[in-house]
Amino acid sequence: MFSPARSWREFPQRYRLEAARCTVCGKIHYPPRLVCSACRGRTFETVAMPREGAVVTFTTIHVPPKGFTEQSPLDIAIVELANGVRVMVQVADLPEADELRIGDPVRLEFRRICDDGEAGLIFYGHKAVRAR
Amino acid sequence: MSVGIVGYGAFIPRRRIKLEEIAKVWGADAASYRRGLQLHEKSVPGKDEDTITMSVEAARRALVRAGDLDPAAIGAVYVGSESHPYAVKPSGTVVAEALGITPQVHVADLEFACKAGTEGMFLAQALVKAGEVEYALGIGADTSQGAPGDALEYSAAAGAAAYLFGGDSDRILAEVVATYSWTTDTPDFWRRAYMHYPRHGSRFTGEPAYFRHIMSSAQGIMDKTGLKPQEFAHAIFHQPNGKFPIRVGKRLGFTTAQLETGWLSPWLGNTYSGASPMGLTAVLDIARPGDLVLITSFGSGAGSDSFVLRVTERISEVQDVAPITRVQLDNDKIYVDYGTYAKLRGKIRMGE
Ligand SMILES: [Zn+2]
Repeated sequence: MFSPARSWREFPQRYRLEAARCTVCGKIHYPPRLVCSACRGRTFETVAMPREGAVVTFTTIHVPPKGFTEQSPLDIAIVELANGVRVMVQVADLPEADELRIGDPVRLEFRRICDDGEAGLIFYGHKAVRAR
Repeated sequence: MSVGIVGYGAFIPRRRIKLEEIAKVWGADAASYRRGLQLHEKSVPGKDEDTITMSVEAARRALVRAGDLDPAAIGAVYVGSESHPYAVKPSGTVVAEALGITPQVHVADLEFACKAGTEGMFLAQALVKAGEVEYALGIGADTSQGAPGDALEYSAAAGAAAYLFGGDSDRILAEVVATYSWTTDTPDFWRRAYMHYPRHGSRFTGEPAYFRHIMSSAQGIMDKTGLKPQEFAHAIFHQPNGKFPIRVGKRLGFTTAQLETGWLSPWLGNTYSGASPMGLTAVLDIARPGDLVLITSFGSGAGSDSFVLRVTERISEVQDVAPITRVQLDNDKIYVDYGTYAKLRGKIRMGE
């Protein structure tokens, strides 16, 4: 679970899918980072990522961690977005009979990720759903 | 200056529950509900869908239909709902942040049973008209609940509609011709603080509440504009079930042909603050330039907002660039049983 301060710092990437593009070599980092993994560059510009992509690989977690137990089984996928950046996200709205396949087109939708108990903060972000 | 809708969008969750599935748990006669209320099934939100998430998705669709528009140009965001995820912390803060509208924006959450959505639309268009803001967003969204076994459980559904208002004539897709509101103290439906489920006045919710307020509001705006029922291409009335909107429309002098496009409730249920606004998104999806449209909401307590809109030439450019309301309603449904529904709606008491 995240603290209010940590979740607040991550709003730009979680709410608006903002990534950091290295101004030296052009590599896009999501989540944003302080030093470019490709060229060690330290200057970045903010770019919004596309919400469309395709499934690279996926797995199903049958014993999810605390805070996610009500969502069991938990479908998790690595999705390659239209700009080539890969993100790991939960897959929503996937009934048991609907089998995900590598290459399936998906889009990212704004969803509730988890909450800090009934009295705590609600954390929002993006999940993948089948593109239609 | 003329003011109008420059973008609109709807969001309907994929899950549905059939009326029979609810009726069998409570030993009720499904056939009589189907006949009496003209309801077949309703939308059900997932564990990860709420008023905030549906508002964000509906508003993103409105922004797509508005064309290239800097979200920072939006000066007001109003989210109308009776199921805001927080009791204290506005839904609009999360919505505005997610859409990239913050920080120079006026944000408020509104509440007025089923008419909180049109309240936001009313304020949004008025602020644009007054020249206070360039664009303003009015959203109606709900994930409403009825007490288990109560008549409301058969209808309380989830959905959202978002409307972006502006004053630039080349972006307006439906001009606001007139607005009108009619409000009294009528105790037909309420929910006290800390209560999970609302209470209602049963049969009292019909004539003195729903019908009286909608009739007065719709007649009021027709008197104000000098328009007659036959001059409208479409009319949308608040839809708490399948039966009421058609009955009130007919009483006012409208025909089935004018009413059926925006009539979503038999297969959607009552999306409360989203109800009449989503009827309007379904109408705009197929409307033609020059069409006159009447939308009249109803919120228990009680009040009714009416708008007369005139559709412009731009409508045909925006209808297909974002998801169509009927397509979301009719396709890709995931049916759930009552047990799953009870879990998703938090009706099962969990261990510590
Ligand atoms: Zn670099």
